[in-house]
Amino acid sequence: MSTQPTNKPNDAHDGSGSEYLAFTLGSEEYGIDILKVQEIRGYEAVTRIANAPEFIKGVINLRGIIIPVVDMRIKFNLGTPTYDQFTVVIILNIGGRIMGMVVDSVSDVTTLSPDQIKPAPEMGSAFNSDYLTGLGTVDERMLILIDIDKLMSSSEMGLMDRLAA
Amino acid sequence: MTIDISQFYKVFFDEAEELLAEKERLLLAVDIDSPDPEDLNAIFRTAHSIKGGASTFGLNDMSEVTHVLESLLDRIRKGEMALTGQHVDAFLAAKDILKMQLDGHRNGADVDQEAVANVRMMLHDLSEGVIVPTHQPTVPSFLHAEQKQQVADGAHRYKIELPDLAKRDVDALVDELGLLGRVSVVPLAAGRTALIIMTHESLDDIIAICSFVLDPNDLRIFEAPPLTPEQRAREAAERARIEDEQGYGFFDPADPLDADEQQSSEDELGYGFFQPIEQIRREAGIVAEAPPPVVAPSVEPIEVTEVTAEKKAAKKAGENGHGQGGESSSIRVSIEKVDQLINLVGELVITQAMIEQRSSGLDPMLHQRLLASVSQLTRNTRDLQEAVMSIRMMPMDFVFSRFPRMVRDLAGKLGKKVDFITNGAATELDKGLIERIVDPLTHLVRNSIDHGIELPAARMASGKSESGRLFLSAAHQGGNIVIEVADDGGGLNRERILAKAKQNGLPVSDNMSDADVWQLIFAPGFSTAEIVTDVSGRGVGMDVVKRNIQALGGTIDIRSARGFGTTILISLPLTLAILDGMSIRCGDEIYILPLGFVVESLQPARADVKEIAGQGRVVKVRGEYLPLVPLHQMFNIEPRITDPCEGILVILETEGRKAALFVDELVGQQQVVVKNLEANYRKVTGISGATILGDGGVALILDVAALLRSSRQLSDESVVY
Repeated sequence: MSTQPTNKPNDAHDGSGSEYLAFTLGSEEYGIDILKVQEIRGYEAVTRIANAPEFIKGVINLRGIIIPVVDMRIKFNLGTPTYDQFTVVIILNIGGRIMGMVVDSVSDVTTLSPDQIKPAPEMGSAFNSDYLTGLGTVDERMLILIDIDKLMSSSEMGLMDRLAA
Repeated sequence: MTIDISQFYKVFFDEAEELLAEKERLLLAVDIDSPDPEDLNAIFRTAHSIKGGASTFGLNDMSEVTHVLESLLDRIRKGEMALTGQHVDAFLAAKDILKMQLDGHRNGADVDQEAVANVRMMLHDLSEGVIVPTHQPTVPSFLHAEQKQQVADGAHRYKIELPDLAKRDVDALVDELGLLGRVSVVPLAAGRTALIIMTHESLDDIIAICSFVLDPNDLRIFEAPPLTPEQRAREAAERARIEDEQGYGFFDPADPLDADEQQSSEDELGYGFFQPIEQIRREAGIVAEAPPPVVAPSVEPIEVTEVTAEKKAAKKAGENGHGQGGESSSIRVSIEKVDQLINLVGELVITQAMIEQRSSGLDPMLHQRLLASVSQLTRNTRDLQEAVMSIRMMPMDFVFSRFPRMVRDLAGKLGKKVDFITNGAATELDKGLIERIVDPLTHLVRNSIDHGIELPAARMASGKSESGRLFLSAAHQGGNIVIEVADDGGGLNRERILAKAKQNGLPVSDNMSDADVWQLIFAPGFSTAEIVTDVSGRGVGMDVVKRNIQALGGTIDIRSARGFGTTILISLPLTLAILDGMSIRCGDEIYILPLGFVVESLQPARADVKEIAGQGRVVKVRGEYLPLVPLHQMFNIEPRITDPCEGILVILETEGRKAALFVDELVGQQQVVVKNLEANYRKVTGISGATILGDGGVALILDVAALLRSSRQLSDESVVY
């Protein structure tokens, strides 16, 4: 279990800031704590799970372990879900559970200092603001920072039998 | 010396535990009438190894007990004494004492010193039974040895089987007979006892004494076989040898082999940095040729340390002198390492499958050698995978082997006769599961003996054989491992369970099915004793058993018939177990059906498929109408084939019911490694797990029982609405 307090990024990384992985869903740019990311892979064929919601694409074999793959574009109605050689799966490690998240593309890793992170507004995103840690600004770009732990553990995603942590 | 000895403690504890378990197994298996010399040697070796280790680590209490034990074993091993049931009992008791001491050292558990002394005394008495003089000077503390010494030679040995007597009477009898000679008590089954007396007096005198406490007609007296001339000769030789040794004195042993051995055991006493595994090797090699002479010091701890100090120099020689004889049979590796290995091999298998796939497009003429290498790689990888998978698997024997002793003891305590039969001990199960199934199984076995199997008299009265049968078996059944605990005892009492359930306020009715009634005993708090069966309360802690089994993802079922016994079936899913599966295709996906559920597969004739209004379809197979369950409908997927007559029907059987699963096509039959789906996802109805196919893709394993249950629900609902 990571001890990273993701809902309070300011505490953990005083001054130096913390690193975020930036990725795009449709036209929006998002950021998640890089420490939650295990690896990034290309999209490969998934095995569908019976009677699962549409955004749960299915399961894949990640070096011998079976992990679920969710498509954020379907879940949050962002962009058109296409699957080609540029489609990217971010493999996340959330409290020891491994899962894949399909996004349109991954751009870069950005360091955000606490003063670059503004509180998230109540509206204006496909995500419920409960799952947002704030908005990060880098030059002209704006990253919507997601509390990926909270999101993936939520009952809304239905990825876990019971709510983790 | 700055070598840290503490790191070896754990190794010693683990090893001693294993040795004790091994010893118990051997003891229980040994044939008392004609013991296999190999077994006796093996038992001796376990005792010797424990002694060596215990001395090394300065655990003198353990080395003392093992020493006495070893001396006795040595005699038996050399044929100087005949093995009797009494010996086996004593050895088992000694094993328990050693275990207690071991736990004492390891966890600081309490050690019952009185019991330790008793067992030592018992072992000692036994070893005196034949050759008293040799022992007498070595352990001066046991003075009573002297009086019994005279009867050892030229005496008759009688075995007297007593009828069922109060313990007080038996004790009185033993005291009386003790005046005639040496008496020992051997417990028989059903609470009866037998006395073995070694005396010069005539049989009539014995009977006369017995008649004070019981009717002589109830007695059964046998004359125990006298020692053969050969045994006598050996005994005499042994005595001469040991007396010789005593003459030379302890520090200057008679023959070089003994000297070697002595040095080595002193090495162990003095230093502690040999890796125990090497010790075992060394000793295993040595004990066969040179058993250690019977020496007093290990009974007298203080002397041991003195000896040790003096022999420090000699130790060096011993260290160099001993080669690495024998071989070790196992090594200890952490589970994490094994799991890592399994994962790595999994990756290798997938990579290999990829190579195979890529190379399949090449022209076999041009790339013949490459293709030959690839096919060899395929073979090697498969072998490697199988070998690695087998590391984590352990035979059920690991669990079963601990029961014979428990059954024996418990049956003896309760005065019951139980034949314990195991089956399928070779069935392999993941180590994790094995460890967690022990407690529930122990509970069930105890229950069966305690409450299931009746007393011999009651069994005879109801026309059954005197000894009850307790049957423990394990088998792969479909995708599960089924463990069965069956007894032919009294069975569950339906009325009493119902009465008790009502009393506890559980929702019951008198016309519940038996199966539902039996399930009641799993209710928490249902487990008050003296209620359920005629003998006592089956159901003590059954809720805990059920909870444990369920925690492993298993189910527990009871079948019972009044007067005919009870069978408890535990069905465990496989976590890491390998499954024989049939792969089928439905839509774009491949699914695995556990082969055990599959009865047959067929393509139906159009006339055999019948619609039933509102309830889906049935198919007629050999005169039987089976419900037709379309997999694509259950899983809500797009099939390639919608007409059952073009697809394939797989006839499945589970929970006593059959159904025809309609799939697109059969792909093949293969062994698959079951992967957990819940580790990173959640439980999915109708799916019991997943596996990785040769191409690296994932195939889901169907949970046939759940699938058919939910299909029945669907059709039931359609009837209702």
